[in-house]
Amino acid sequence: MKSVKSALLGLALLGVAASAHAQNEQFIPMNGYWVGPYAAGGSGIFGGFIDYINMINARDGGVGGVKLTYEKCETEYNNARGVECYEREKKKGPTGATVIHPLSTGITYSLIDKAAADKIPIISLGYGRTDASDGRVFPYVFPLITNYWSQNTAKIKFIGMREGGMDKLKGLTIVNIYHDSAYGKETIPILDAQAKKYGFTVKHIPVPHPGNEQGSQWLQVRQIKPDWVILRGWGVMNPTALKAAAKIGYPRDRIIGVWWSGAEEDTIPAGDAAKGYIAAGFNVAGANFPVIQDIKKYVYTKFKGEMEDQTRIGSIYYNRGVVHGIVTVEAIRKGQEKFGKKPLTGEQMRWGIENLQISEARLKELGATGFMQPLKVSCMDHEGGGAVKFLQWDGNKWNAITDWIQPDRELVRPMIEQSAAAYAKEKNLTPRDCTKEAPPA
Amino acid sequence: MSFFFEVLIGGLLSGVMYSLVALGFVLIYKASGVFNFAQGSLVFFAALTFVGLREHGFNSALALLATLGVMIVLGLLIERIVLRPLVNQPQITLFMATIGLSFVIEGFAQLLWGANVRGLELGIQDEPIEQITTYTGMNVSKFDLSAAGIAALLVTGLALFFSRTRIGRALRAVADDHQAALAVGIPLQQIWGIVWAVAGFVALVAGLLWGARNGVQFALTFVALKALPVLILGGFESIPGAIVGGLIVGASEKLAEVYLGPYVGGGIEGWFPYVLALVFLLFRPEGLFGEKHIDRV
Amino acid sequence: MLYREAGQFKASYATDQQIFPIRQDRIAVAALTALAFVIVPLVADQYWLSAILIPFLIFALAAVGLNILTGYAGQLSLGTAAFMAVGAFGAWNFVLRVPGMPLLVAFALGGICAALVGIVFGLPSLRIKGFYLAVATLAAQFFVVWALTKFNWFSNYSTSGVITTQRMEILGFAFDTPRAKYFLTLTVVVVLALAAKNMVRSSIGRAWMAIRDMDVAAEVIGIPMLRTKLLAFAISSFYAGVAGALYAYCYLGTVEPEGFNLDLSFKILFMIILGGVGSILGSFLGAGFIVLLPIFLNTVARPLENLLGLSLPPGLMSNLELIVFGGLIIFFLIVEPHGLARLWQITKEKLRLWPFPH
Repeated sequence: MKSVKSALLGLALLGVAASAHAQNEQFIPMNGYWVGPYAAGGSGIFGGFIDYINMINARDGGVGGVKLTYEKCETEYNNARGVECYEREKKKGPTGATVIHPLSTGITYSLIDKAAADKIPIISLGYGRTDASDGRVFPYVFPLITNYWSQNTAKIKFIGMREGGMDKLKGLTIVNIYHDSAYGKETIPILDAQAKKYGFTVKHIPVPHPGNEQGSQWLQVRQIKPDWVILRGWGVMNPTALKAAAKIGYPRDRIIGVWWSGAEEDTIPAGDAAKGYIAAGFNVAGANFPVIQDIKKYVYTKFKGEMEDQTRIGSIYYNRGVVHGIVTVEAIRKGQEKFGKKPLTGEQMRWGIENLQISEARLKELGATGFMQPLKVSCMDHEGGGAVKFLQWDGNKWNAITDWIQPDRELVRPMIEQSAAAYAKEKNLTPRDCTKEAPPA
Repeated sequence: MSFFFEVLIGGLLSGVMYSLVALGFVLIYKASGVFNFAQGSLVFFAALTFVGLREHGFNSALALLATLGVMIVLGLLIERIVLRPLVNQPQITLFMATIGLSFVIEGFAQLLWGANVRGLELGIQDEPIEQITTYTGMNVSKFDLSAAGIAALLVTGLALFFSRTRIGRALRAVADDHQAALAVGIPLQQIWGIVWAVAGFVALVAGLLWGARNGVQFALTFVALKALPVLILGGFESIPGAIVGGLIVGASEKLAEVYLGPYVGGGIEGWFPYVLALVFLLFRPEGLFGEKHIDRV
Repeated sequence: MLYREAGQFKASYATDQQIFPIRQDRIAVAALTALAFVIVPLVADQYWLSAILIPFLIFALAAVGLNILTGYAGQLSLGTAAFMAVGAFGAWNFVLRVPGMPLLVAFALGGICAALVGIVFGLPSLRIKGFYLAVATLAAQFFVVWALTKFNWFSNYSTSGVITTQRMEILGFAFDTPRAKYFLTLTVVVVLALAAKNMVRSSIGRAWMAIRDMDVAAEVIGIPMLRTKLLAFAISSFYAGVAGALYAYCYLGTVEPEGFNLDLSFKILFMIILGGVGSILGSFLGAGFIVLLPIFLNTVARPLENLLGLSLPPGLMSNLELIVFGGLIIFFLIVEPHGLARLWQITKEKLRLWPFPH
């Protein structure tokens, strides 16, 4: 026991010694999962993320001359392992871990207090705490681009478009099939609020984890005969739902998934049953963007790519990883504008993210026009975007069928503020006054 | 009323799918008293190997044969390396060893074939049979019906194997009493090897059918959780028990979810089979078909 | 030589019956406790405290609880995580809903909630045995997680169903640094572990062991089956519940019901099987092994990967870690089926004679 401990200590020391040699480096931990039930998502997203970082290092020599370094840590999508990885990596690099992407709602929750105490910003792109969009209460948490509530209002807007106007929603029946967990339940209140506002009926049907058997849920759908089905799934639940829908003959082009239900990994296993299925996404699929081509040119031709299976480059998850890379690197750029071209600390990085702006023009420079939406983060609004694009599976690939659809901010924002205020009260926090925050440089 | 029957039939057919997984558990428990938690991983490994081989240009028949070979070798290896050194250890130690084994198999499977999620088409559409729908208004899936047929074939085959062949009789003798079987000259370890190989074969069949349903991915290992209540209900040692248990669990969990679920907010399928099994056990502590144990001081 | 009890005479019943009858044991336990309370907080950094030592202590406590039930009373349980969940959510709700609730009392009440749930799911043990009994605890496992997710009251109607623990304060002292949390955890664990050690050598402990070894015989010699078995369930669940409360308050800070899944139950079962069934020390050894091994493999694997360059497939190391983890578990079970505690016992036997074996 003791010898194990001392061996461990020795190893830890070795690791510290090895990583502390270069000073003009900024360290970003890659705490993800490459094994287990969710490895397909984890390896795809971190594959895109790491490839983008490597591309920036290879093409531009880092950001403002600062090389970006990273180290992987396996969390197995498990809270305890995620916390351990965080604690292990937070002191690495000359300025410590400067930003963290937990890629798990559970781990995000566990890190909120710790990261605020350590002054390390958390970016939770498309997962995590929805009410963290209120930056006054959550200065160190950034659920960037869009959150579940925004996304859900955009879905109802999309249904309205398909039905020929929001007034046509009246009298419709929508079934919400959700993963029976904290994640799955999160949109129930907003759906109920919208049902009241637009006069449609919503029925919530839970699917117990892991969701590899959904006969009874879809039989209920068959009995209810809804006009639309919203699928809020995760992992194996998604293909199983599509197969079960085919089994009862429910049209797939009336099923709308969340972005965790809308990747190739969710449709390919369902085979033909997935054809026509629609999902909301905050990035598109495809490898024809200059940014992806640059990754191929600077990383893959040098055999340094993360993806073993190169056909996955340009998939939904991979591209989402590239989006992770873009927002991280752009935030570093923003931070360097104010604090100088040197490795940023977590605190400086936080400022960079909070004042992050990615305009349409900037997206063009990045070679990512149409790849993701423009972003404008502020102290009040840690979400910064909010729009989603609807994608449809044609049997081989995801095609965008709409432009960016904006959320119903009047509905979502008060709910977020209310929820964040309740959290602040519970934790005895005083929300920041955003008018006193430093303006963008 | 037709909806009730639809739920019932759907449940029974799902139950058959659970039984398929449960069969693998029963075979091994019966012969060697090991509660093999790695069966779920074997199911995953079999399906992944089959799909992986097909991706590498094997045609289906060849891939099937090759996978069968791999599964048999794997079964023999497990018996030789993991379980033989653990003979006569307490059941719980054996159980834990198979959980350790499941980590090894899961890691190995993803190491070999990657973490990608794959589809598997067996050429049987998972769609309602039109004739039945037009006559009765009920949806019965072709795929589910075929799966039930395959399960029936498998059980008949196993039953014949156990009752008609020399090896089968030896297996039953081993299951009845290890030491007596050993005393009359039945090669115990050879028999255990065969049982593990057969369990590998059963895992392959289950893997293909479940893989076609859910896609070939890590989550296939979770099917073991669906098989647990089936085993407990039917008894760990009984092949008919696995079938009957599966039917009861499948039908009752679907009926419960549809008719009781809405009163408590739904999602009760996850625990209902266990509670059901518990109630059964209170009346029959060894499951429906399990062997009765008489305690002696 | 080092571990020789010759010359230690017991002159009264009290000394004969003390908790550690051998002097060396007393010294070792005192030294370890001193080490844990004084040296470790001085030496260990934040990473060691909050990512390794605190979870180690918490898991060890849960393992002690499970060991009482499975190791001493012989009742297999696959639902430890559920009892931990009850403890965590119970304690949280007591602090939330009862103004001025002292933290330690809330932990204890959380443990009592878990004990009550444990008794309910322990009732079938009177009739069902062995692996069949596992179903009762599995039912607890799935039912509890379902109920905590389903009924929003438990998480005070938060939309996400996740609870965030309140500020910890005892007699005006705030436990908000890793060091303070470590002290709190350590104190609770030491007190409860000593209590467990005492319990298992009392009459109730002997009754548990009699039931484990043969319940019919135990009943014949007049041990009340109902009371003894249910007491084992209650106490075991109480330990798990307190461990769950510590897990929420001192370790993660926020917990969701799904965090207490079957994997966690298996993990704790691993700890007692590898550590030693029916041994309090074994619970600690097993917890150390299971907590440290994956982290150790990970810390070794990553530098190794950097050393070898990027040409390795990305999932390789993660998968290898899993394979080695599983392989080592099998290896240990084969080499020492009675667990690490048995190894320690063998070492003690050797030390008794060493360095003069004859």
